[in-house]
Parts: sequence; C-alpha cells; structure tokens
Amino acid sequence: MKEFALIFRLSDIADFQPSPEQMQERMNWLGGIAAQNKLVDKGNTLLPAPGTAKTVKSDNVVTDGPYTEIKEFISGYIVVRAETIEEAVAMAKGNPIFKIGGSIEVREVLKRN
Amino acid sequence: MKTDELIPHLFRQEYAKMTAVLCRHFGLRHIEIAEDIASDTFLKASENWAINGVPENPSAWLYTVAKNKLKDSLKHISVFDTKVSNEITLNETQVDKEFEFDSQIIADSQLAMIFAVCNPANAGESQICLALQILCGFSVEEIATAFFAKKETIKKRLQRARVNLRNDNFKIQTLTSIEIESRLQFVLRTLYLLFNEGYYSATNDRQIRTELCSEATRLTLLLTENTLTNTAEVNALLALMCFQSSRLNARTDQNGTTVLFEEQDRTLWDRQLIQRGNYYLVNATNDSTQYRTKYHLEAGIAYWHTTSDANKWIHILHLYNQLLLIEYSPATALNRAFVFSKIYGCEKAIQEAEKLNLTESNYYHELLGYLYADINIEKALYHYGQAVENTKSKKERQTLQREIIRLKTSV
Repeated sequence: MKEFALIFRLSDIADFQPSPEQMQERMNWLGGIAAQNKLVDKGNTLLPAPGTAKTVKSDNVVTDGPYTEIKEFISGYIVVRAETIEEAVAMAKGNPIFKIGGSIEVREVLKRN
Repeated sequence: MKTDELIPHLFRQEYAKMTAVLCRHFGLRHIEIAEDIASDTFLKASENWAINGVPENPSAWLYTVAKNKLKDSLKHISVFDTKVSNEITLNETQVDKEFEFDSQIIADSQLAMIFAVCNPANAGESQICLALQILCGFSVEEIATAFFAKKETIKKRLQRARVNLRNDNFKIQTLTSIEIESRLQFVLRTLYLLFNEGYYSATNDRQIRTELCSEATRLTLLLTENTLTNTAEVNALLALMCFQSSRLNARTDQNGTTVLFEEQDRTLWDRQLIQRGNYYLVNATNDSTQYRTKYHLEAGIAYWHTTSDANKWIHILHLYNQLLLIEYSPATALNRAFVFSKIYGCEKAIQEAEKLNLTESNYYHELLGYLYADINIEKALYHYGQAVENTKSKKERQTLQREIIRLKTSV
C-alpha cells in the first residue's frame, strides 16, 4: 500500500466557511474513507485569512495571505492509503469540494527516514 | 434474585473486596495468602451463619474473623521463618490499627486492585479473565461459561496473567496521580471490554451476560467515586454502560434470540438507567479538554438511540464518522453503513458498504443482505447465504435462514 496526500484548494475565500450541509457532506466523505481503513492522517485545515497566513519570499519580502501567482489557495490536506494513484484519485472524486469550484491535488508521499 | 442466588452473589463481591484489603498487607506477590484468608473467612461465615443465623453486622463479623486469621498467618510465617517473612514486617499492633473495615480503606484498596489488574503486560482477554476472578470473585467455571471456552483454556490464561500481576510490584495502597495517569487508559479499556463481553457475549446464558455488564458498571462507578479518577472520560464510559444496559432486557426474547433494535419493545427499556446515563453524559462534558474521546462518541451514539428525535440518524452518522477518525474497527464501519441507509436510502448505503470489502465477515454479508432485500433479491439471497456460511453462532444461523425463507416466499 502507498500513501497519498490529498491537498484541497479553493478559489474563493468566502467558500472557506462551509455551511452545515457542506460540513456534513465533507464529514461523510471522510468517514467513508476511514470506514475502509484507508485514512492515514485526518490532516488539518490551513487558515487563509489575514493574520493567519503570510508568504515569505526571497529578499525578506513578506506578503499577506497564502496567494502566490494564482488566486487559488490551499485550504487543507489529508493522507490516505491506496494501492495505486488511480485508487486515490477515485477517493478524491467523491469529495464535495468540486461543487464549490475547488480542486484536489493528489500526491504520492515519499517518507523521509 | 432468589435468596440462594443472592448469598453467593454478595459473597463474591465481598470476597473480592476483602482480598484487595488483605493485599495491602501481603502485597500482590503473595496474593494467594490473601485469597486463602478471604475464602477461609467466607467458609467460616457460611458454616457459622447457617447454625447461628446472620449476625447483626455481617460485614463487621467478616472483617473481625479475617483480622484474626491475618494475625495468625503473620505469626505462623514468622515462626517458620519462611521466605516471605522478610517482606512481611508488620507487627500485630500495626495490623490492629490498619486492618480496619474502614470504608475508605476498602474503597482505596479496591480501586488500587483495579489498577493492578489492568496491567498493560497482559493481553485484553487475559485482563478481562483476571478482572473477573480478582475484582469480581468469579470462579473459573463462571468465566469459562462467559467466554464460551474450556475451563483448561481459562485456567492457563489466568495463570499467565497472575504471573505478571505478582511480578509487577504494584502496591495496593492509596493510588497516586502518577499511577492513575499511566494506567487509567488500560483500566477503561478493560472495563469497556468486560462490558462488551457481557453485551455481545458468545454465551446464551442470560444471567452471566447481565452479571458481566453489571460488574463492569459497578467497577466504573467506583472510579467516579474517587476525585482523582472521576474524569470526563470515566463518566462518558459510565454513561455508555447505562444507556446500553437500559436495553438489556429488550435485546433478547424468551428463547435468547437477539431482537433487532427496531423491533424492540421500548416499554422494556429501563427509563431509570437512561436517566442515569444522561446524568453521567452531562458530567462527561464538563471538562472541555477531554471532550471527544472514543467513549464520549459511543455514549453519544447510545444516547441518540434512546430518543425518537426526527434527526437522530444524522447525529448518529456524524458520531460514527468521528469515531472512525479516532479508531477504525470493522464493526464501526458496518454500523456506519447501516446508519447511512437510514438517511440516504439503501442504494447509497450499498455503495458505502461494498467499499468496505469485509468479505470474511458474516456481519458484512448480513448487512448487504438486508440492504439488498428490497432492491435485488438475488443479491440479497447471495449475501444472506454467505452470512450463513461465515457465522459461528447457531442462533444467528437460524435467524438468517428464517430471513432467507421469507425472501424466497415473497418472490
């Protein structure tokens, strides 16, 4: 079994505060993965608001917010267990984030010793 | 309970308490001496009381006899200068002073004994056997009945567990906060397993099952009576036990067959126990640092089951989701899929259930049989057939076969 990080991205900061229905859908999705014993790490939410996010660049340049070149920002991540990247992608497809224009990046984890 | 059942029942608990108090003096290394004195004392009581009647204060009577036996035993040990004499250095006056049946000493000794028995060196099942023998005074036969196992198997398991208990150097005295911190998790785990052993036991002996549940509850209640162990988590576990126990009488019919939750006669639910459960659940949420342990979530699920709230399944599903994030278990995953069907219907629940792929489990097939029953009868029959092949319980096989016949005749 391999491990994959699912990295969630949103484009509108207004979507960051989910409605109770969205919360429930998201939780059902997560519970469904855990029910297959394929959740390695339930991960964390990464706050995007002013005062909670800054980007540090070369030459001591510090900007507010998580944005780099594009407006999309990372809102959180989890780590799942799967045989192949296709299986991890299939898991990601069930996430309700696509209903609000978000995206999920699937990345195989290489563990450092 | 009839009188001839009541007396051994009381003796059993008092025996366990007395052994714990005596272990203050002998230490766990010599727990056998303490057990001998306790059983001699109760033997004497049963002989004496049969002739002279039960004394006015039975407890005082028992502890006076035990105290004398303890003094004799210590004298005996010093006369023969056995190996143990080095370790037993108490003189008689100390015995007089310390060996009182002071309720605080009894409570403290019992509590310490719970922590001593729940030694992480022992595997879960051994801990439960040891707890039943030492904390609840069960005989090897009774434990074997409870586990649906051979007496020899239980004896071996107990022997190994007792070696660990003797070598552990755990002192039977008032517990320190360090001891509590390092072992409370194991204590709760053991009590939880002990309760479940009664609730989901392989045996059909209803009396034994009820006793396992009530013993686990009694020991957990003991934890709430000491300020150091009266934590939010302990209260959550106790709430769970109360909620589950409230349904014990409704869970099986007169033949010992399991009655499905939805078919249970709700008038048989014990309202008082539900209220106790509510009380402990409120206590369990007082400490915000420990809000969501496994026991909190399970108690929450059990709580919603006692209600008729229109949205209860949504709450229950949410709790099952969280429970799986804390700790995966196939049973939790299957229960979650069942609850899913209550909210989103059978088709969606089938998708959730099939992903679990627990093809070796009879419960997996039973669930799919149930979910497919109104959608695809062929598949329902296939899964019920698989469930029959995989189950080890005769009663369950009968229930499944009845369901298969019902489905076949309904076509």
